[in-house]
Amino acid sequence: MEGKRKAELVKKCRRIRYLTMDEIGKLGVGHVGGCLSAIDALVVLYYNHMRIDPQNPRMSNRDRFVLSKGHAGPALYAILADKGFFPLSWLDTLNRGGTRLPSHADMNQTPGVDMTTGSLGQGFSCAVGMAIGSKRRKDNAFIYTMIGDGETDEGIIWEAAMLAGNQKLGNLIAFTDYNKMQLDGETRVINDLEPLSDKWRAFGWETEEVDGHDVEAIDAAICRAKQQLQRPSMIILHTIKGKGVSFIEEMWRNNHNITLSPEQHKKTLEELREVTLDV
Amino acid sequence: MYEKAEMRTVMARLLKEAIQQDENIILLDADLARANGILPLFEEFPQQTLDVGVAESNMACVAAGLASYGYKPFIFTFAAFASRRICDQVMISIAYARQNVKIVGTDPGIAAELNGGTHMALEDVGVMRSIPSMVIFEPVDCYQLAKAMPQILAYEGPIYIRMFRKVPPATWFAAEDYKFDLFKADLLRSGRDVTLYATGIEVTQAMKAAGVLSQKGIEAEVINIHTIKPIDWHTVAQSAAKTGCGVVCENHNVIGGLGSAVAECLANHHPIPLEFIGAQDHFAEVGKMPYLLEKFQMDAESIVKKAELVLKRKKLSC
Repeated sequence: MEGKRKAELVKKCRRIRYLTMDEIGKLGVGHVGGCLSAIDALVVLYYNHMRIDPQNPRMSNRDRFVLSKGHAGPALYAILADKGFFPLSWLDTLNRGGTRLPSHADMNQTPGVDMTTGSLGQGFSCAVGMAIGSKRRKDNAFIYTMIGDGETDEGIIWEAAMLAGNQKLGNLIAFTDYNKMQLDGETRVINDLEPLSDKWRAFGWETEEVDGHDVEAIDAAICRAKQQLQRPSMIILHTIKGKGVSFIEEMWRNNHNITLSPEQHKKTLEELREVTLDV
Repeated sequence: MYEKAEMRTVMARLLKEAIQQDENIILLDADLARANGILPLFEEFPQQTLDVGVAESNMACVAAGLASYGYKPFIFTFAAFASRRICDQVMISIAYARQNVKIVGTDPGIAAELNGGTHMALEDVGVMRSIPSMVIFEPVDCYQLAKAMPQILAYEGPIYIRMFRKVPPATWFAAEDYKFDLFKADLLRSGRDVTLYATGIEVTQAMKAAGVLSQKGIEAEVINIHTIKPIDWHTVAQSAAKTGCGVVCENHNVIGGLGSAVAECLANHHPIPLEFIGAQDHFAEVGKMPYLLEKFQMDAESIVKKAELVLKRKKLSC
């Protein structure tokens, strides 16, 4: 990746963090930690890889993205608004009555959302269905999906993982947002996922682990996954829950779904505003 | 031509025609294709079938993903697994996400026979009925199923097809001029004294009961409610207004199924005394259908008794 492009993506990550935190901050409550940990991978995906058209959100041969960890909806909305799928002003309506931006992603409400998610595990399985559909249709699309590390506890993840491996879904590229925390505590304490790469490999997946906040490393991993046409790919993103806002990062043990006072909202924006908004 | 045919065989034949006409139709199965009579289609049409293994939850969501891609999936499993086992997947990824997936649940209620209590869905209609947008269709015989299929294929949205697998107890819809409407109940027998609202295998029991009642001078009207949701309230209420009392007959718990649907409908449109045939809120058990029909008091004799009881209640309330 060229240095210039890398700098652009890093700036874009900060802008998306700003928009996401403003969106949640105006409401005063939301799934902050898991939005912030996921943003860098979502940015690399949406700004460097996906074949999509904001003017034609249902373009038939588009790449799809399924946010299986549906509670990170606000981060996805910030990206979709920034890309022009809908006006930025919609972000101010998050979770308010009558909004088209509900806390968990909804394909029937929000332009650019490819699958309704929120009941953990199901989006990943739906993405496997899409990848089977795409492969049979031979439309050369890639199906991307992101699961949470806590979500990985769900049995349906492993039902779908086994099917995807056996179907050799080379067009399926998944991410695990491995921020090491789930709602009740640390994943290693509650139901340890390790050895996580080995598990996916055993299910027939190509697997690699990267720093989930290094856009260059994420980009390279996606490029490699796209070359792997015989097997689905799992890119395990080592991330920090609440990444990018210092006081939220410090609350990493308990920032899953938190309230933000007007003062905290302001403080958050000030920290993120230090990097320019006009990327 | 269908009198001796198994419903699963007829379903497979209908689906074969559909597959040949529409490349977007895709059949999904969770290791019961053999039991459900569709295994030959999996061998003949590998591009339009998929066996996901013993993983019903995954099957439902994979189907939703395929539907979002423009496919028209049918998922097959036993009624118990299609409903209670994967309720959330059906609710969220299929219904709430508005995906055009058809769900076929076979061996409902006591039809599971020797598979016993674990496999007997006596709550599946209750589960499915409480999911917004879900259509629930229970064919009585192969003729009705065959007439229904074009309308099922044309309907955009989820339908739960609660299907008897083997040779149905009797045939009631063989007449060539039988006009089927997915959203209209069928009048099988006219009567003025009491209405028997029946679905699935209970239609045969209700018709037998109507014959016995007739010999006693009681004329029962028999209405087949093949589509339990949305219920044809007009036909249900019209008959209630005519007869003034009713017995609802179903192969399901009396809580949450057709009985509840009819009671809700009539509470709104035309309240009358009602009695309910079905499992009286107990678990099921292993056994052949004749044994279970008698034990669970779902046979014609029990319907006669309930009809006589509800007639007394009608007279008391007059």
